[in-house]
Amino acid sequence: MQILPSLIDGLLIGFVYGVAAMGLTLIWGVMSVINLSHGPVMALGMFGTYLCFMKLGVNPYLALPVVAVLGLLVGLFIYVTAVHRVITAPHLSSLLSTFAVNMIIIGIGTAVFSTSPHNVDFSMGSLQIGPITMPGTRLMAAFAAVLFTAALYVFLYFTRPGKAIRAVANNRVAAELMGIPSAQVLALSFGLGTMLAAVSGGLIATFFPFTILSGGPYELKSFVICVLGGLGNPLGALVGGLLLGGLEGLIPTFLPVSWVPVVEFGLFILVLLFRPSGLFGAK
Amino acid sequence: MKSWREPGFVLPLLIALVWGLWILGFHQDTMREKAFTLMMFVGLASSLNILLGYTGYVSFGHIVFFGLGGYTGFYFLSEQGWPLVTSALMGGLLSSIIAGLVGLAVLRLRGAYFALATIGINEAARAFVSNFTPFGGATGMSLNFSVYQKYGGAAKALWTTFTYLWITVLIILVISYLVKRSRFGLGLLAIREDEDAAMVLGVKAPHVKTMAYIISAFFPGVIGTLYFFKNGNIEPGDAFQLHMSIEMLVMVMLGGQGTVFGPMLGAVTYQGLRGYLVTSPLFKNLHLAVAGLILLLIILFVPTGAVGWLRQRFPKLRRLLE
Repeated sequence: MQILPSLIDGLLIGFVYGVAAMGLTLIWGVMSVINLSHGPVMALGMFGTYLCFMKLGVNPYLALPVVAVLGLLVGLFIYVTAVHRVITAPHLSSLLSTFAVNMIIIGIGTAVFSTSPHNVDFSMGSLQIGPITMPGTRLMAAFAAVLFTAALYVFLYFTRPGKAIRAVANNRVAAELMGIPSAQVLALSFGLGTMLAAVSGGLIATFFPFTILSGGPYELKSFVICVLGGLGNPLGALVGGLLLGGLEGLIPTFLPVSWVPVVEFGLFILVLLFRPSGLFGAK
Repeated sequence: MKSWREPGFVLPLLIALVWGLWILGFHQDTMREKAFTLMMFVGLASSLNILLGYTGYVSFGHIVFFGLGGYTGFYFLSEQGWPLVTSALMGGLLSSIIAGLVGLAVLRLRGAYFALATIGINEAARAFVSNFTPFGGATGMSLNFSVYQKYGGAAKALWTTFTYLWITVLIILVISYLVKRSRFGLGLLAIREDEDAAMVLGVKAPHVKTMAYIISAFFPGVIGTLYFFKNGNIEPGDAFQLHMSIEMLVMVMLGGQGTVFGPMLGAVTYQGLRGYLVTSPLFKNLHLAVAGLILLLIILFVPTGAVGWLRQRFPKLRRLLE
């Protein structure tokens, strides 16, 4: 039977997809901005891990906190320069301003790293349980993804800035009236969103080769996952990620691989049309 | 018709008319190639503007109609041996039909949800066509060279294609003006300002939006057929480039959304700028980053685009720049 190993393979990647999508959905939930610079930030995360590992010899998982902090700073910078001015403008403005950031990152990235594939040459052996072989890097990635999700949960529900983020997401005007500095909170949420993107990029780098353009497909996957799980719902994003990862593992066992995107985007449109609040959201 | 005497209508049309005659008069191949790309984007941006500029609905994957129309037209050209004009019309027609079917459902979504759905439609179409055997699957289709014989050889066929494209662009400009000035167009503009209020005042929003979507899908289909006929082959990767879709949005934004002249100005400016950046030795490696920076500055500081800014700044120009 091929089904079980492919399913588990898919689910392990699904955790990482989930983290990327959580970043996107957090930003959407707090400020109703679709961040089109999500993919390039993921690619930056990949290169962050690559540079730490290849140039400084740091273990990719120890490099992850560094990548996370840099991701947060990049996000804060993007918010202040590109997003804050258009936060109340029509959707097109924020879509295009984040797309402009996307172009800038890819433009500079292409000049610095070229578009040839890079690869973090790091192996952790594999774990064998019965007929199932799980590569160590994927297990570690799934583990790190769960860890980051838990940390995000604790942050959002049990700390003061986290509670402020949820308050602003709920009702920005009311939060401001209660004395919450919404500009700072919005900047922090955007930073957290890009931090999650950078982390997921750093994890993906440990098992797939990548270029500066690699973020694009993952960004599209993140859209699909966010919609499956309900836009603005971080936990839904993780479940959506597992669902998408599982599908990606399962579909090739009975259809040619090239049909995977047809199913994914077909599902995406159907969910948008019939359950816009996501598979698990309230109707 | 009164509109023939209005300067806001005559100006863009006159520019496009003289431009095409100029190229046809000089009859140089390099000039034609350059003008073909420019005019293609003028046409694409103007037809996107009918939806985006007038109703405010952001179609992020509008290139899907260019791709699907191009594929349909190409199929009739190469597999069925139809003439170019009818194939292009078929391409446009199929795009419109799909827009009508999809639009009824998708246009219920508002704002960012609609934008996301259109991205999904484009990606789904690309993935589907890559697996669709009559359209050649992932490798696409290519035109048998003998097809060009019908048009008096390849060189002549390219000029014919250019002429058709030019006529298409002229028609798009006329239609986008007529739409803006009609009762139907006023309904669209009302939806852009406040959809619920428009519905209360009697605008049949779902009906009118879908109509705008159908119109704005027709011309990309026609242009797609002409473009891929000129190229001689078609592949899923070329036909459904999300990047091109976003470039169309940028052009509309740059020139001024919701105006007739704006998309034309935006398309020519954007292409000119990109041409300069790609070839200039100083910016060659960073051309994407510089283009992104310029786009960002425009969105942050001139959100109404060039034409919108001119109209605000110099009220006297309002009659001239519609």
